[in-house]
Amino acid sequence: MQIKPILSALRQHKAGTLLIAMQIALTLAIVCNALFIIQQRLAHLSEPTGIDEPDIFVVQNEWVGKLSTSQADARMQEDLRAIRQLASVQDVTPSNSYPLRGSGWDDGIRLKPDQLQDTSGSTVYFGDEHFIDTLGVKLVAGRNFRPEEVAPMDMRYSLSPPVVIVTRALADKLFPAGDALGKTIYLAGSPTAIVGIIDQLQAQSVERWAAAFAHRSVIVPRRLAVSLGAYYIVRARPGQLDAAMRETPRALFAINPRRVISDKDGLLSFAQVRDRAYERDRGMAILMGLICVVLLAITAAGIVGLTSFWVGQRRKQIGVRRALGATRRDILGYFLTENLLISCGGALLGVLLAVAVNLWLVVRFEMNRLSLAYVLAGVVLLLLLGQGAVLAPALRASRVPPVEATRSV
Amino acid sequence: MFGYYLDLALRSLKRNKALTALMVLAIAVGIGACMTTLTVMHLLSGDPLPGRSQRIFYAQVDPDITDKEGQREPPDMLDYHSATDLWSARRADRQALVVDSRLKLHAPDVNLPPLMATMLSTTTDFFPMFDVPFQYGGGWSADDDARHARVAVISADLNLRLFGGADSVGRTLRLRESDVRIVGVLKPWRPSPLFYAVAGGRFSNGDTADFYGKAEDVMTPFFTGLEINDGNFQQFNCWGIPSTPGHLQNAPCNWIRLWVELGDGGKVAGYRRFLADYAAQQKALGRFTVAGNTRLRSLMQWLDFNGVVPSDVRLQTWLAFAFLAICLFNTVGLLLAKFLRRSGEIGVRRALGASRLAIFAQCLMEAGMVGLLGGIGGWLLTLAGLWLVRRQPAAYADMAYLDTTMFLATFALAVAVSVLAGLLPAVRASRIAPGLQLKAL
Repeated sequence: MQIKPILSALRQHKAGTLLIAMQIALTLAIVCNALFIIQQRLAHLSEPTGIDEPDIFVVQNEWVGKLSTSQADARMQEDLRAIRQLASVQDVTPSNSYPLRGSGWDDGIRLKPDQLQDTSGSTVYFGDEHFIDTLGVKLVAGRNFRPEEVAPMDMRYSLSPPVVIVTRALADKLFPAGDALGKTIYLAGSPTAIVGIIDQLQAQSVERWAAAFAHRSVIVPRRLAVSLGAYYIVRARPGQLDAAMRETPRALFAINPRRVISDKDGLLSFAQVRDRAYERDRGMAILMGLICVVLLAITAAGIVGLTSFWVGQRRKQIGVRRALGATRRDILGYFLTENLLISCGGALLGVLLAVAVNLWLVVRFEMNRLSLAYVLAGVVLLLLLGQGAVLAPALRASRVPPVEATRSV
Repeated sequence: MFGYYLDLALRSLKRNKALTALMVLAIAVGIGACMTTLTVMHLLSGDPLPGRSQRIFYAQVDPDITDKEGQREPPDMLDYHSATDLWSARRADRQALVVDSRLKLHAPDVNLPPLMATMLSTTTDFFPMFDVPFQYGGGWSADDDARHARVAVISADLNLRLFGGADSVGRTLRLRESDVRIVGVLKPWRPSPLFYAVAGGRFSNGDTADFYGKAEDVMTPFFTGLEINDGNFQQFNCWGIPSTPGHLQNAPCNWIRLWVELGDGGKVAGYRRFLADYAAQQKALGRFTVAGNTRLRSLMQWLDFNGVVPSDVRLQTWLAFAFLAICLFNTVGLLLAKFLRRSGEIGVRRALGASRLAIFAQCLMEAGMVGLLGGIGGWLLTLAGLWLVRRQPAAYADMAYLDTTMFLATFALAVAVSVLAGLLPAVRASRIAPGLQLKAL
């Protein structure tokens, strides 16, 4: 295939060539970055919490009326016993929060009492001796809480647990040497000892501000005993989630009806919790995907339109070429190569633009650097799109009969 | 002349329906994307108090004793001591302390279960200063502030939920364990953003959609609110551990906002001096460690400082414009093809005496028609886009509607874009040499 005649023919159509190339360049720049944003959001969205999600649901229980700490604690214990007796329930633990809830108690951890800056941020989860089993997290070192270590707590007491369990991510951050077990740390100003390390437990917020301590959680042996109530995290027996979610509120109202379990979010399976937590990320990924598809469609339509025009304009030349012995394949090849040349030019400019756009995003929106794989994927995608779009007009061109050459010349 | 060109344009558009449809679609999609994001931007970046915002200021001092240098920004809110000192000095034309909290609310004479509500505790100037519209009754007096009077103003929304929208002035509400008398009911009031509650934007990494939430359900005098909901107040930040969580009056915590109204530039300078003098005096008393770290930002400066427009929205706006640019290139290419394909026809018209300008105008008319049609499509797509925005889980979602300005802007933008797209093809078309074309016919 001769490239020189194609180039000299393109010189006759500077405006059109330039327009297609520009369109391809811009589309490439946007599609690369959009794909990259989609991938980042999806990666964020599929981050594991570390808990046994399919079998877990959460009850938000609020008491009606004012209760003292001991009253609230007694009622909670009664609730937990009732839930545990259900055939469909494996275990239950009370807490102040749970992963992906959106907000809750985050606090700084220090290694010395007089330290001014926190060594790390962390998410604080309350839990009793059933916490680890209920959530299905793996204890990788040390031990679980003992029942006598777990104490009821009102919001007004200061948090000073004798012992805590931390996630491996937090342990590694605090003690990079890997000897966190048994060490003393300062949580909310008071000293406490690490007695256990669990494999993984995600923070309550998935927002960007909490990303720094996303998996650095600390579990304190406390039951939140306040009249506002607490969360009961329930683990159903495998496959019995629906039954457990039906039976639990019924059992709770049977022992004490003076409580509020909201219709809206009082009872949430963990799948629902996950959906809510990532609603926005998913929305952005879908939007970006939609934009990519529409952009590619518009660019393809533009190429089809302009090439069709060129084919119509050159019918006579095509006829002459055919009459002089060019095969249909030659004509088809001509238009495909022409498009490839324009697309390559556009893609080259597009790669530069994509990197520039990404750099700007890094500065303005604190995004990550675009990986080269996305640029390459974008280039391949657009070259294929160009060839696909040009195929129909090129086929039409190849069907121009040689006799066209003899008409009205 | 105009009518003739219009007729020509319509004929030409009808001749090649597929190409016309493609151009109209490209413009419509570009305009739809642009106008959807622009409408959201317009909604989110507007002035919440048009005509008044330049007189409203937000005061900041730095009581944090762990900040030794005072080089960093002062905290976004005030501690109780500083806030009440500055407020009671009454150096501004109007001043309002603002703090919000959550509590359980119940109307004793209405048969509805108690509900969790948001409460704004503020001082009497809040209502005139922010032009808050009342449906029934009005705000409370300075005397009510001073007496810690058990009165409240409720939102239109709460009034509808509890009292079916009737005039509820004089009726009683139970806030936690305290009864308050309703003295005013607001009209529906939805400032965008909820400017008086904005703070901490610089720590949010661009996730600022929550600044566009609804106004509080119930409003009480500042000191009344502190008494009623004692123990349930949230700090913005603390530089020491509060002895009683939720009770922050003597705590080393920042949790109160102070808004002031200052009529002219002289008063603004005066208030700046007053803040500096206050900080210096507090330093002399040993309560502050730094004196110079005070700020007085105007409302719009404060919103700007907090970067209230969410970064996702800004990103989408840029994206939409890039989108429009691609649609523009597309349309330029297609128009070029369309005009040049009619070279023969244009040659005849030129030979029959049409000037270059006339050809140029005819081509632009055709481009404008494409724009108008694209505008109609774009308007429909914008409505669809805004419907999608309203289904998003963002705090501002319920406000995303197309207003008249943006409706007109849709068509203006569509026609402007298509005429812009038509410029190059029209110039090319008007340069066609009639002789060459006639020979080929």
